[in-house]
This record gives sequence, structure tokens and C-alpha cells, in this order.
Amino acid sequence: MRLAAALVAITALAAAGCGSGESGGVPTVNLYYAPEQNLEKVVDDCNAQAQGRYRISYQVLPRAADDQRTQMVRRLAAQDDGMDVLGLDVTWTPEFASAGWILEWTGERKAEAEKGTLAAPLESSRYRDKLYAAPKNTNTQLLWYRSDLVERPPQTWDEMITKAQELKQQGKPYQIITMGAQYEGLVVLYNTLVVSAGGHVLNEDGTQAVFDEGAVRALDLLQRFASAGVTNPSLTNSKEDDARLQFQSGDGAFQLNYPFVYPAMQKGAPDLAKNVKWARYPAVTANTPSKVTIGGYNLAISRYSNHPDESFDAALCLRNAEHQKFSAINDGVPPTIESIYADPEIDEAYPMKTEILTELRDAAIRPSTPAYQNVSTVMSATLSPPADIKPQQVADQLRSSIQDALESKGVLP
Amino acid sequence: MARQTRRALSENKRAERRLAWLLCAPAALVMLAVTGWPIIYSVWLSLQRYDLKFPEQREFIGLDNYASVLTNQYWWSAFGVTMLITVVSVAIELVLGMGLAIIMHRALVGRGLVRTSVLIPYGIVTVVAAFSWRYAWTPGTGYLANLFTPDSAPLTDRTSALAIIILAEIWKTTPFMALLLLAGLALVPDDLLKAAAVDGATAWQRFIRVTVPVMKPAILVALLFRTLDAFRIFDNVFVLTGGANETSSVSMLTYNNLLKGLNLGIGSTMSVLVFLTVAIIAFVFIKLFGTAAPGGSNGGRR
Repeated sequence: MRLAAALVAITALAAAGCGSGESGGVPTVNLYYAPEQNLEKVVDDCNAQAQGRYRISYQVLPRAADDQRTQMVRRLAAQDDGMDVLGLDVTWTPEFASAGWILEWTGERKAEAEKGTLAAPLESSRYRDKLYAAPKNTNTQLLWYRSDLVERPPQTWDEMITKAQELKQQGKPYQIITMGAQYEGLVVLYNTLVVSAGGHVLNEDGTQAVFDEGAVRALDLLQRFASAGVTNPSLTNSKEDDARLQFQSGDGAFQLNYPFVYPAMQKGAPDLAKNVKWARYPAVTANTPSKVTIGGYNLAISRYSNHPDESFDAALCLRNAEHQKFSAINDGVPPTIESIYADPEIDEAYPMKTEILTELRDAAIRPSTPAYQNVSTVMSATLSPPADIKPQQVADQLRSSIQDALESKGVLP
Repeated sequence: MARQTRRALSENKRAERRLAWLLCAPAALVMLAVTGWPIIYSVWLSLQRYDLKFPEQREFIGLDNYASVLTNQYWWSAFGVTMLITVVSVAIELVLGMGLAIIMHRALVGRGLVRTSVLIPYGIVTVVAAFSWRYAWTPGTGYLANLFTPDSAPLTDRTSALAIIILAEIWKTTPFMALLLLAGLALVPDDLLKAAAVDGATAWQRFIRVTVPVMKPAILVALLFRTLDAFRIFDNVFVLTGGANETSSVSMLTYNNLLKGLNLGIGSTMSVLVFLTVAIIAFVFIKLFGTAAPGGSNGGRR
């Protein structure tokens, strides 16, 4: 008797627990995205605009990109239907598309996602000429320089290195500060140099490792930069924030970093900030402007979502022009829709918007291949520390280990 | 008459044996399913090119994965690191564990307190302890970093990072070693020691010539367990360095290839290789050093 009552009670609890997924018939669209301070407001706004057709629920992923990817990948491999809209880093689109985990964007929704969007972020959402994600935000590095030490910003890397050496001789702050730790940032730096030099890491359709003459020249430049005596001693240990702090401490004449350093500098080192100006990233070859690697996030729809239609609409709402402008001003993430850059409302947060837009119009994306994780890990391991690179040798080594990665024969360190 | 009794006994015995097998069967089947099936599946996966990123290119390739892994410098680097951590940490743990066991054995005052406090490191969750160590060695905020290495970041340099990982391992599992050794120590008959003392042996000689040989089975069991565990180290490496600067262990490497690389073929190959290495270590200990399984008869092995 008591046993039967207990069993009934347990079953009732279980049923109640199972039914709490949907609140009274309104489908929940689960958004899995990196932490962004004011994204919840955008989500609320989209929920209001949805008028009961769906309800977006913002599930916050870890801060580090690798951890975000691990969480999503594990669940997608297990065909979990609890994820609907995914916030993908720009380099993950080919991987997720090739594995069959995200849905293709077609028809009207595709047109809506492509309308007015900058070419480089759009390129990063494509795989084999099909659109698999809608760009939400982007990012690109700039050259920050001390206007009290140099009158006009250097146009090329060689010019910048020479100028730094001159300053060093004169006993003034001289360092060229950037990110050189063994991580994705190093691959971003190298990719910028390769594409700016007109070189290629992979062939057109991403099936073969090329490492042509331009890539070797970029290796040579990276090695020269790291061993010219003009870098910060902690270069090989520095990520974005470390570089920002090094520049703020006053030792540097030049910094190559993302626009987030600008507001941080106003707060952290206001006296120094008065003398800091920005310019386009230095070129590799004279008279050929640099092509800078972009970062950013795209929104994709999981193949195993229970509400794909609502998810597509939710994603389009989250990344529309109005919300991109809001996120740009409040969260420091540059928008992907070109028209927003003409809007005077973003001037205060982005005094450098002209330079950002110029770079975005002529940007570089990282090698587009499903095996990008392997490619990137192998590259950052081989290129580190940059001062020890022997260009031809490293090129051969990378060519063969990336080829192994593309054929699933490679071992990730 | 006698023959009939013998046959009756045999039949009885056979019936008993069959009953015994039938009673064991469910447990044995569950064991096979839970441990046997994943091993067989891993081996099966390791013979294929199976990359989740390229699902249409899945195919059977025989031993190619093994060739790729066994000729790769990252694998051998991780193998070397793991062997180093295993050998160094187990050796130091043996010495420290033996010391702790003697203290616990001889403690007259507060025996319970001594034994409990010795066990605390083993009782703390490994990941929590590892985070503790990580924050302690982070320059700026870490008290150990500020004390010993105020100028550099010890977790970012390969040698010092390995030393810290080994330190964390030793701190964590010396109590376990001490416990196993204490059990062995308790079995050393006092009269043997007294007899040796009467014969004029010093404390050290008594220890080396009497205690250690009598304790040999317990020492070998403790060493076997610890070596097998140390070879599969993961938590401390994952939390302290994340495998950066070539401090990955083989388990860490397997994790990276399975979860970051989504390469089930190569990852499974590494799993199988780790399994084989652990099996070889166990074989070496049991057959060559003469470790007896706990509960097995070890008379005459002295």
C-alpha cells in the first residue's frame, strides 16, 4: 500500500518535472551565446517583438572560445535537441557545416541575412558557397601609436620596426606591443601577415596545404619582428589584455590590438590616452594596404532544433541593424551591417569607426576548412616562439602537418 | 561401492559448479558489458578513419591510425612527460608514504587525529585542490609564486610547470600510499624486530633487513596501484596548465584529440595505446616483480 503510494508520487513528480520545458505552449528558442553584458536586453526586445510566437532563452556559454566550442560540440555530436540558436566564432562555420550540425539558410531568410552585410563576415558564414550562419558582430585590430613619439604612423611593418629601433637608440619608449602567446591570437597575427603579403596557407577549396612564397615571406617577417629587439620581453606570454596593460604602462610606442583598448585606456591611463592615436594596420608590402584578420560571432541554427522556423526568425531579430547598433554601443562589439557605420550615434563609442570600416571592407579571413581547430593548434604550436622560426623549414613542416590535419591523420598537440 | 560414491560426489560437485556459474553469470555479464564493450568499441574505432568533421569520409583503414600516432612527436613527447611524472611522483610518494606510515604506526598520542589529518589531502576533490595550487602559483595573487618565484610565471615554463604538477600529485596521493603501506607495516611481527634488536641490529638495519622484506607484498601492491593511476593522470594537468608548453600527459592528449579535434579514429587509437601500456605495466609488476593480487596467496613469495 505504502509502496504503491510512493510509486504514484514519484511518477507524478517526474511527469511534472518533464513538462516544465515549454511554458504553456509558447516554444522556447534556446540561444547559446558567449557572455555579452547587455545581450539580455536584446533578447527581451526580441521576445517583445515576437508577440508570443516564440520566447528566446539566453543560455550563457563560458568566456573562452575553446570552452564554448567544447560545450556545443559535445551536445551536437549527441544530437541534443535542447539547443536552437548557436553563437559561433567566425572560424567554426566550416567545421559545424561539414559535420552536418547546422542548417543552411535559404530563400528570404538568406536574403535578409545578406542584405547590407559586409563581405568579409559574410564570407566567414559560408561553406562551399552555401550560407550557414548570419553574421552578428565582427572585430579587427588597429595600429595604436604614441603621437608624442612619432609624427605620422608607419605604413609598413619594416617602417614600424625601423622607427622602433630608432626610438630605442634615442632612449625613448620604443616597444611594438602585440599578442604573441601560443594561442589563436598568434595564428590571427600570422594570417594577417600572410594575406597581406598575398600568400596562401590553403588552396582555393581548402583541401590542400599550399604555403606558397607569400606565406614564407610572412614567416620571415614574423621572425624578423620577434628578434629585432623591439618587442616586449613578455611577447610570448601575452594575450589581448596583457598587451593592453603593457602599452598602458608606457613602455610602448606602437600597439597592435582590438578597439576595446580605447575605452579601457581612457579609464586606466587617461594621461597616456591623450597622446595615443590610431591608424590602419601596417602593410607588409609598400603600396599594398594590409588585409587584417577579422574576428566576431555568427548565429547558426542547430539541425536538431525542435523549432527551426522560430529559431531562424529569432536569429534574424537578434542580429538586425537596430540590435547590432545597440550591442555595438553598449558591449563594444563592432557591427557587421555597413549602414550602421554611417550612423552618428556610434561616434562616441567608435571614434575610430572610419579605420575599422576601411579595414573591414578589405579584410582577411582565416583558412576556411572544417579541420580549422587542428590547423590552428598546429600552427600556433609551430610558430611559437616566433623569434626561433626558420622560414623555409617551418613552411615545410607546417605544409606537411596541416596536410595531415586535413586528412584526419594529424595528432593535435 | 567406493566408485559409486565417487561418481555421486562428482555429479553433486558438477551440479554445484553449474549453480555457481549461473549465480555469477549476471555479474560477469554486466562486467563484460560495462568494461568489455567500450574496449572493443574503442579498438574498432581505432581501425577506422572516423572524423566527426568529415562524416562522409568514414572508412576502414586498418592500422594506419596506429602508424600516424606512433610516428608523431607530440605523442612521444606526451608519453615521455607522463613517464617522467609517473616515475618521479611514485618514487617520492613511496619514500614519503613509508615515513608517514611509520609515524601513523608509532603514534602514541592522538592516533586518530594523526591518521585523519594525514588523509585530508586524499579526501579533497582533485580538481578543487588543483585550482588551489593554480591560484597559489599564479604570479601576483599567488602566495607561493610571490614567495619562491617572484619574477617569473612558473606555470608557463615547461620545467617548472612539470615540477608543480608532480608536487600537486605527490601532495594528493601520498596519503593513499601511506595507508596501503600502513596495512603492510601492521603485519610485521614485533618479535622479529625484537630478535633483530637483540642480535645488535641498528634501527636502520632493522628497517632495511627486516621490515622492508616482510612488507614487500604490500609495497608492491601499493606501487602497482599508484603507478597505474599516475600513468593516467589528467585532472592536475588539465587544471594547472591545460597541456600548454608541452606538459600534456597521454590522457590529456587523447582528450584534446577527441574533443577539440573531434577525431574519433586517432583519439580511440590513443585510448587503446594507453590501455596497452597500462596492461604492460601491470604485467611487469605481477609477473616480474611478483606482486600478488590482494587476497591471493602469497606464501613462499618471500
